[in-house]
Amino acid sequence: MSMVLNEEQVATQDAAKKLLQSQSPVSALRKLRDEKDENGFDPDLWQQMVELGWAGIIVPEALGGLGLTAGYLGVVLEECGRTLTSSPLWSSGLFASYLLMQCDESENQRQTLSAMAQGACLVSVALEEKARHAPLDIETTLSEDSRFNGRKHFVVNGHVADKFIVTALDPQNNFCLLLIDAKQTGVSVERNWMEDYHNSATVTFTNVLVESENRLQSEDAKKLFDKSLDIARLGLAAEMLGLASEAFERTLAYLKEREQFGVIIGAFQGLKHRAANMFVELELARSCVREGLCYLDDGGASSNKLARLASIAKMQLSQTVNLVSRESVQMHGGIGMTDEHEIGFFLKRASVLEQLLGDDVFHTDRYATLAGY
Amino acid sequence: MDTTAQLDAFRQETAAWLEQNCPPSMRTPMSEADTIWGGRHFEYPSEDARIWKERMAAKGWTAPTWPTQYGGGGLSNAEAAILKQEMRRLNCRVPLFSFGLGMLGPALLEFGNEQQKQEHLPKIANGEIRWCQGYSEPGAGSDLAGLQTSAVDAGDHFVVNGHKVWTSYADKSDWIFCLVRTDKSHKQGGISFLLFDMQSEGVSTRPIQLISGASPFCETFFDQVKVPKANLVGELNKGWAIAKRLLQHERAMISEIGFADPSGQAAPLADLAKEYLGQSHGRIADRVLRADIARHDMKTHAFMATLKRANDEAKAGQSVGATSSMFKYYGTENNKAKFDLMMKIAGHHGLGWEGGGFSDRDLTSTRRWLRSKGNSIEGGTSEVQLNVIAKQVLGLPD
Repeated sequence: MSMVLNEEQVATQDAAKKLLQSQSPVSALRKLRDEKDENGFDPDLWQQMVELGWAGIIVPEALGGLGLTAGYLGVVLEECGRTLTSSPLWSSGLFASYLLMQCDESENQRQTLSAMAQGACLVSVALEEKARHAPLDIETTLSEDSRFNGRKHFVVNGHVADKFIVTALDPQNNFCLLLIDAKQTGVSVERNWMEDYHNSATVTFTNVLVESENRLQSEDAKKLFDKSLDIARLGLAAEMLGLASEAFERTLAYLKEREQFGVIIGAFQGLKHRAANMFVELELARSCVREGLCYLDDGGASSNKLARLASIAKMQLSQTVNLVSRESVQMHGGIGMTDEHEIGFFLKRASVLEQLLGDDVFHTDRYATLAGY
Repeated sequence: MDTTAQLDAFRQETAAWLEQNCPPSMRTPMSEADTIWGGRHFEYPSEDARIWKERMAAKGWTAPTWPTQYGGGGLSNAEAAILKQEMRRLNCRVPLFSFGLGMLGPALLEFGNEQQKQEHLPKIANGEIRWCQGYSEPGAGSDLAGLQTSAVDAGDHFVVNGHKVWTSYADKSDWIFCLVRTDKSHKQGGISFLLFDMQSEGVSTRPIQLISGASPFCETFFDQVKVPKANLVGELNKGWAIAKRLLQHERAMISEIGFADPSGQAAPLADLAKEYLGQSHGRIADRVLRADIARHDMKTHAFMATLKRANDEAKAGQSVGATSSMFKYYGTENNKAKFDLMMKIAGHHGLGWEGGGFSDRDLTSTRRWLRSKGNSIEGGTSEVQLNVIAKQVLGLPD
């Protein structure tokens, strides 16, 4: 297993870079914010992503997807991280798609996946109920008469979702997954305005009826959910890698142009060493992302190994975006504190991505458990 | 190009050969004292150690990738990686470890003339001659190019005078590779790279005792030492390029110290913590230290993955450059952090110096902790590595 990208992945990354840098620079996100855009993302851009096949990169060809491995989506997400692009690519194209693909086949599942791959249906996973990431800390419970009540927050792109995959406990207190239409009676969606100008929602379910076809079946729902979380985490890690790389490169460029005391400030050792340290952390971060995605591309046979690699990646990337985004603002000085300058957008997006599906504290604890200590 | 089938076959042959030729006692964990350095006066800790080294040297596998005509194994990088993996899998000890193998040899292969390669490389590969490195001086540490030890042209030979410090194992070495000043008007451009016998008249050494109690380093003095001109490597006043390349090999060697762990002594931190701190529901009882250990293990994993990625990228011709500085910096800082954490876990048990009341492992770990403080100083300080990265990789101005 080589950790170098293959030719097709390099081509995919180049295509992503080209599209996103022209159609979706950071200024596009600022525009969405200033206009309080109803979608919170650019539907034209999303349509182009769909036409390139990205909405269904990992969906099997038989269902209208490209049937590729997560490594391909990883390089696209990395480019999305560089431009801070807002889109349903991660939430629907990776997380929800992968989760659905892992469930037992059914007509409902096939139709939904096929619609998702065509960009005709957006699905968001609704899992969080607590202040911090806690995927198995669930109060949402299905009653004997197939109705459920619950409240999920931090549902990424929940405000535009056509369907939700909801984590819940069945009447026997077993973990289960429900596929719920957003328009169903009893579903109430409240859009959250996030600090990073990306989108999430609080979704409240009141006495919502679950038809039997909407209870996603599988041999071990908890296990497949765990695996899907890990794949989604690796996708986030890839996006975070792009974000951190871009913030670092912009800061490095500033260190080479800004003059004070009659010299370029990048000549000061106090800044040089911090820049070099960021470079090293970024190199470690890149290795963690590549290793995790390569393992998936090779089949990702062991769930314990996949879990460890995902936790290492999410820990390292959480630390790295934290370090780089804060240092970036500090090294830009006063201008870094202004809304007019774009570097602050990176800090805000970094803090959201850090928390999403677990920060470094969560993943350090999880790793220790996985490693048996 | 090795095909997968060829490599698989090589793996099988290698495993079978190792099984047959590595004595059982050479497949047990070794302590630092068991390191086989080789050299004229080296005393092997056991007959098995001598046999194991000779069998490996006969195959050329003490220097697996060197050409066979210089005593190497002539293996491709992929084959050498397999040999390493199989040795690790079968717990085979490193048969020979020396600065000749890790530092001088690769530099001679690149910069030495045919006569020098033929004379020195085979004796390095079979452990006949032990080398030391004459680089740092009292006034030239981080600023290595400020060195003053002089070599003056005296016809068919040079006359060397000066004073080196931090010469690792100079008192036990047979030959030295040494940086000398041959032109006082140029700093980097006035340095040459000389090889000479430590038995030459005028060479003397004095061991330096470290905070760990050990004396792995010496001061080395040269008083009117005669060195034949044939022992100059590369051109006169062009030694700095060789010196720098050799430092890259040295950094690569040091950055792997904490990870290869040839001593096999260090139990994983988590095992140590379970033993010293106890367990609660299968977890290390102290939650804060448990998190510190997990963080350390994850960071170490990330570092190892980076070594692998750099290797893969180098094979694919996409090297980012100055990676040896990055690995030297991170590897040594991480190794120091490991020993700091080990000291925290051991608590009072980690503070013993000698005598009763402490296990051998406790006493060793105190000293290894102290010794590790030098990792981020020797071979170029962490601060120098960060400067190299800032300048060569990031392009920040001086």
